[in-house]
Amino acid sequence: MAAILAVLEQRQGALRKGAAELIAAALQVAGVSGDTVDVLICGNGAVSGADALGAAGADRVLTASHADFTNYCPDGIVATVASIAANYRAIFIAATSTGKDLAPRVAARLGSSCAMDVTSVAAAGAKVRVVRPVYAGKALQTVDLAGTPVVAVRPGSYPAAAIAKAGMVESVAVPSFSRRLEVSGIRAPEKATLDVAEARVVVSGGRGLGDPKHFALLEELAAAFGGEAAIGASRAVVDAGWIEHGAQVGQTGKTVAPELYFAIGISGAVQHLAGMRTAKVIVAINRDKDAPIFKVADFGIVGDLFEVVPALTAAIAQAKAH
Amino acid sequence: MKIAVLLRRVPDTTAKIAIGADGVSIAEAGVKFVPNPYDEYALEAAIALKDAAGAGETIVVALGPDVVQETLRTALAMGIDRAIHLQGAASTDGLANARVLAEHLGPLGCDAILCGKLAVDDYGQQTGAMVAELLELPCATAVSKLEVSGGRATVEREVEGGVEQASCALPAVFTCDKGLNNPRLPSLKGIMAAKKKPLDIVPVTVGEAQSSVVSLALPPERAAGRIVGEGAAAVPALVQLLTSEAKVL
Ligand SMILES: Cc1cc2nc3c(=O)[nH]c(=O)nc-3n(C[C@H](O)[C@H](O)[C@H](O)COP(=O)(O)OP(=O)(O)OC[C@H]3O[C@@H](n4cnc5c(N)ncnc54)[C@H](O)[C@@H]3O)c2cc1C
Ligand SMILES: Nc1ncnc2c1ncn2[C@@H]1O[C@H](COP(=O)(O)O)[C@@H](O)[C@H]1O
Repeated sequence: MAAILAVLEQRQGALRKGAAELIAAALQVAGVSGDTVDVLICGNGAVSGADALGAAGADRVLTASHADFTNYCPDGIVATVASIAANYRAIFIAATSTGKDLAPRVAARLGSSCAMDVTSVAAAGAKVRVVRPVYAGKALQTVDLAGTPVVAVRPGSYPAAAIAKAGMVESVAVPSFSRRLEVSGIRAPEKATLDVAEARVVVSGGRGLGDPKHFALLEELAAAFGGEAAIGASRAVVDAGWIEHGAQVGQTGKTVAPELYFAIGISGAVQHLAGMRTAKVIVAINRDKDAPIFKVADFGIVGDLFEVVPALTAAIAQAKAH
Repeated sequence: MKIAVLLRRVPDTTAKIAIGADGVSIAEAGVKFVPNPYDEYALEAAIALKDAAGAGETIVVALGPDVVQETLRTALAMGIDRAIHLQGAASTDGLANARVLAEHLGPLGCDAILCGKLAVDDYGQQTGAMVAELLELPCATAVSKLEVSGGRATVEREVEGGVEQASCALPAVFTCDKGLNNPRLPSLKGIMAAKKKPLDIVPVTVGEAQSSVVSLALPPERAAGRIVGEGAAAVPALVQLLTSEAKVL
């Protein structure tokens, strides 16, 4: 019986969301073979949220504490993972911006393959079989990984499981490492907004808004979801300076997989679709009935956004009130 | 300052993708190939860093079949000083390629190695960090800001909910994101000059890999979308569908 290691992410002593989802992904492989799933948390001192991981399916919760681990410390985490990797058949990491930075470093240190942005994972004998979008989501690649692969799972791919395990907390020693990259901190954006890559609902606007001030309409729609929705954008409006780059969804922006995605005044260029086509439900509002976005949207309304969006905001607010 | 840029040749992002006869790669007929868009940020950054330093050399390196020489010439036309073609078939495995790249980059003794954050064909998102790890160099990935002074680099990179700030000593590896700069287009003069710039060919063999592509397939079509209706009148029906059918409210 082998085990799988899921490397979790923390910031300033708090576990990042997505830990339970990552364990659920690891269980896709472990569940079949009867493997165990251990999680590793690298932090500076105690990390809040660690005690709930047993309920999410973790057999053991390994904690590695180091003074350099307040901020993200890739060199230290790589050294720690490498020191225990021999016990595992695969290393799972969430494909967040931090996880995508970490995964290839770990793989190179272990001499292993790295599969990024994996949307589906299964055991294939001694190997791990993954599916991942390539060519901006225009094709799906199925890859078999031998050795001790590093599997970076795209957030939103697996819902958290409720398979209670012991979740026994054990500490792991941090081996000596040279800290080549020094992360000094994270500068918060001017106004605190939910990140498009993390929100359950994304309300995105494009050139059809006509003017940057009309993003206010989308903010009202987002507000109707009561803190669950983030504002996204097409590249056209980001390049025009209407909204900051962090909001851009698509091939040169962020890849999002929310439960609900609104594309409002967005035509649906392939590069935009690359960033949102794995959303669970897509709603498009566009006055051009032939806009390509309607080909991928589950539900579409053909019409003027200035008329449709306020009505939708009112209706969502009302539905939420019930 | 001596700077190497890793360059990959990829299908134009607007290209229609069809699966090749082998079932594991795309059909290349009729597809236009371009330098990977993220590598253009790396090329621009390299030229700017050398200009700022006032002296040095920029070298562009590509691993692949002979057709990559055309892509290398594009980089030379932008203003890169010389090119190295690591001639051989690249693997679908990121580490196998990174090993060959690292082996040939190491002896160059560069102050910085720049590459793209990701290649828009395989979406590997790993080559730069792997090369750094293999060469035991500091590495910052997906940088949207890069400043060099006094042998150190400070960088910024977008993370969920903010912008991460970091620094490291040179030599180091950086993978470049959108926002870093505005890549220049090759000028006519640059295109002429590129023809005379050195392009060294070094035959290589990429080693065994631990990953293998089983299949490449087009994504399942999303179930045909439904136009709920026109204008604000369609809103109640939409909210109804989101509530009872899609269950996302
Ligand atoms: C290398 C490369 C990378 C790229 N990366 C990205 C990326 O990451 N993300 C991205 O989004 N794009 C990206 N693009 C750009 C992409 O090709 C499109 O240009 C862009 O997505 C178009 O933005 P848009 O839909 O807002 O604008 P448009 O295509 O102009 O569409 C505007 C839409 O609004 C509708 N509209 C207008 N008025 C109204 C109204 N009153 N009510 C309702 N509808 C209205 C119109 O019918 C139209 O469909 C990239 C392009 C390249 C070449
Ligand atoms: N065959 C190659 N030759 C040279 N550089 C490459 C090659 N493949 C990838 N790279 C570099 O690595 C970056 C990331 O590629 P990838 O890891 O495949 O997403 C690219 O943007 C290039 O800078």
